[in-house]
Amino acid sequence: MSRIGVFICHCGENIGRTVDCARVAQSLGELPGVVHAIDYKYMCSDPGQALIKQAIQEKHLDGVVVGACSPHMHEKTFRKAAAAAGMNPFLCEMANLREHCSWIHEDRENATDKAIGLGRFIVEKIKYNHPLSPIFIPVERRALVIGAGIAGIQAALDIADGGCDVVLVEKEPSIGGHMSQLSETFPTLDCSQCILTPRMVEIAQHPRIKLLTYSEVESVEGYIGNFQVKIRKKARSIDDTLCNGCGECQKNCPNSKIPSEFDQGLGKRTAIYVPFPQAVPNIPVIDRANCALFKGRAKGVKKVVCGKCADVCGRKAINYDQQDSFVTENVGAIIVATGYQLYSVGKKQDSELLCGYGEYGYGDIPDVIDGLQFERLASASGPTGGKILRPSDHKEPKTVVFLQCIGSRDPAKGIEYCSKICCMYVAKHAMLYHHKVHGGKAVVFYMDIRAGGKGYDEFVRRAIEENHALYLRGRVSRMYRNGDTIRVHGFDTLSGEPMVIDADMVVLATAMRPQPGIASLAQKLSVSYDQHGFINEAHPKLRPVETNTAGVFVAGACQAPRDIPDSVAMASAAASKVLGLFSKELLEREPLIAHVDTATCAGCFHCERVCPYGAIVRKEIKDGRGRFIKIAAEVNPGVCQGCGTCQATCPSKSVELEGFTDEQIYAAVNAL
Amino acid sequence: MSATGSETKASFEPRIIAFVCNWCTYTGADLAGTSRINMAPNVRIIRLPCTGRIDTTFIIKAFERGADGVIVSGCHPADCHYTAGNYHARRRFALFHDLIEFIGIDPRRVTFSWVSASEGGKWAEIVNDATERVRSLGPFAMYPRQVASSGEQHA
Repeated sequence: MSRIGVFICHCGENIGRTVDCARVAQSLGELPGVVHAIDYKYMCSDPGQALIKQAIQEKHLDGVVVGACSPHMHEKTFRKAAAAAGMNPFLCEMANLREHCSWIHEDRENATDKAIGLGRFIVEKIKYNHPLSPIFIPVERRALVIGAGIAGIQAALDIADGGCDVVLVEKEPSIGGHMSQLSETFPTLDCSQCILTPRMVEIAQHPRIKLLTYSEVESVEGYIGNFQVKIRKKARSIDDTLCNGCGECQKNCPNSKIPSEFDQGLGKRTAIYVPFPQAVPNIPVIDRANCALFKGRAKGVKKVVCGKCADVCGRKAINYDQQDSFVTENVGAIIVATGYQLYSVGKKQDSELLCGYGEYGYGDIPDVIDGLQFERLASASGPTGGKILRPSDHKEPKTVVFLQCIGSRDPAKGIEYCSKICCMYVAKHAMLYHHKVHGGKAVVFYMDIRAGGKGYDEFVRRAIEENHALYLRGRVSRMYRNGDTIRVHGFDTLSGEPMVIDADMVVLATAMRPQPGIASLAQKLSVSYDQHGFINEAHPKLRPVETNTAGVFVAGACQAPRDIPDSVAMASAAASKVLGLFSKELLEREPLIAHVDTATCAGCFHCERVCPYGAIVRKEIKDGRGRFIKIAAEVNPGVCQGCGTCQATCPSKSVELEGFTDEQIYAAVNAL
Repeated sequence: MSATGSETKASFEPRIIAFVCNWCTYTGADLAGTSRINMAPNVRIIRLPCTGRIDTTFIIKAFERGADGVIVSGCHPADCHYTAGNYHARRRFALFHDLIEFIGIDPRRVTFSWVSASEGGKWAEIVNDATERVRSLGPFAMYPRQVASSGEQHA
């Protein structure tokens, strides 16, 4: 026979106003098995919790039902209180009388009846609760960081400085990400590379960081504290243990006409190349698609077409026969920091939802460029040495038009969100242009100026007031070549006038999108992503750097459009979460997981098929003498997350999910 | 239908059980509360971790125990806290839906929906719609008689 205590909270007036708490307590107190039922003003307060603890001890309760707010709010509080009084915390449950009753109903009679009904569900259910003990799993104190842009770099350094080992994986030949391409950063105008490269060097030299560049995550297995990650090291065609980064190979490569990815196509590079002079590691890679030797091999030419880099390499580091190799790393936590790409405004799109901006002539008119290309033009390490020269004829543009919200906030073009950083970097571009081209005219077409952030609005005002950028509120309908210039047809909605501007160069502030391939990575990690491909955080306010897979965290622009300060803050937050996880030797998990009754399991493994986590393992069942009986399913307690899909699927009802067993649910339904 | 029949329907307060997932719909219903969205008091929620946990026999059991209607609601497709539980639930209920009528339950008494943690308003709409729909259908115990009488009318 149960000895259940019922505790009804008034929540000040929040519940008490519409629910007759005394009547609820009295009515539930009459149910069989309930030996104690009271109501109190604030159950979650110290005296309220004391009432529960006292009743547990004095009345020897074996079940506690608290009728109060949502269990999402205070379940932990009351379970802790129950545990403090010596009761197993999983014998305490909550009935939601506030969010699901008093706050949504006005009629006192109806609300009280419903509150009694909700209380009965839990009272009947709790009769079938039994004590559970938390699960402890060992933690591998080593983290994997995917992506080595500023977010990944920050996260890796924070974890490594905190005393734990880090594996940092970057798919490009060098770390640094988009931040290494930027000229100056808003709102302080400090040089991007000057603040980034010391951190990159720190990564390379840190004894606790294992850096894998030109590598990608192939597969992920395991669970929080115990992931096994297989990483593909793409063939660089260089032996990185021999190469000393002298650069002779690059100087001698005959193919030097390849558009440089780092310079956004505005500069050229060779087929064997280091992406940029400050690259970390300073080891080249052979671009096999453009290398004469590999092109010859692909065509089946017997003769070796080229081999100049190998000839000049004093260290004999060039290895044309290198293959992709694989390494497996055991880690306890993973941080995803894969960053962003820009919306390609040309006609060709990678997604059916997007349709580009054919009317702006991007790709057709060479002097229509995007924001990152402008960064390269303005950068001292860029193709023009920091001079603003337009790509077509290398003349200094006297009028530059900047267009904001290209792609962003435009559902007709497939993206409804705001990309957040464009207002700021356009103001920065207008400023840099004004500093570098005296007498030049910067015109900005904007929809709204969103400059929320420390010193941000002041920065935009400075671009307008001190650097004389002309801000026009309106959009541009089309652009076309007009002799030497680009004719821009726009509309100034504040004056109500159509605007026609002959520009020497046009810069499009295109939308931020997650990196291509994010969906397949998210699937490998079992984390969810939104319709645009941004990784979903576990809770938008309270768990911003966690994902819904335990042990996988997120940082930077792969979660939503982010600027550098936000990305760094997120990265440090994720790193602190990882260090918090690593601060324990054993990880405690809620025991609300599935169990298989191997006696009745028929071994159909429908559960294995539906389990989203691969938590079902096949186990040989033997009799007392060690003779084989059958193969049955078993749940790996470290992997199971407790969704219960296996239980609803099991044809022989051999699976039970703790906390939500069939008995418990039927008991609640029977209480209707 | 006789006038007395419709009169009993109008005064009838249906009892509806909602089986919802913990992460989306339960939280969405919490949000409806936090936003003080008034709704019909006829729906009582039973919380489960995921729609994937919802056995179709729960629904039948609910009707057996006197429920007049059932709501099943979870995370939107692609939004499941457990990645795929709602997809398995969707397949299960797609099959189950065809069986409901076969076993003598008007399918209009069972509402399947997706309500995310941010859709408090949508949850209130679903509660109100389901309550009105079930109210118009009358108590569940009346169902076999309704079939018989409508059969007579057609004959």
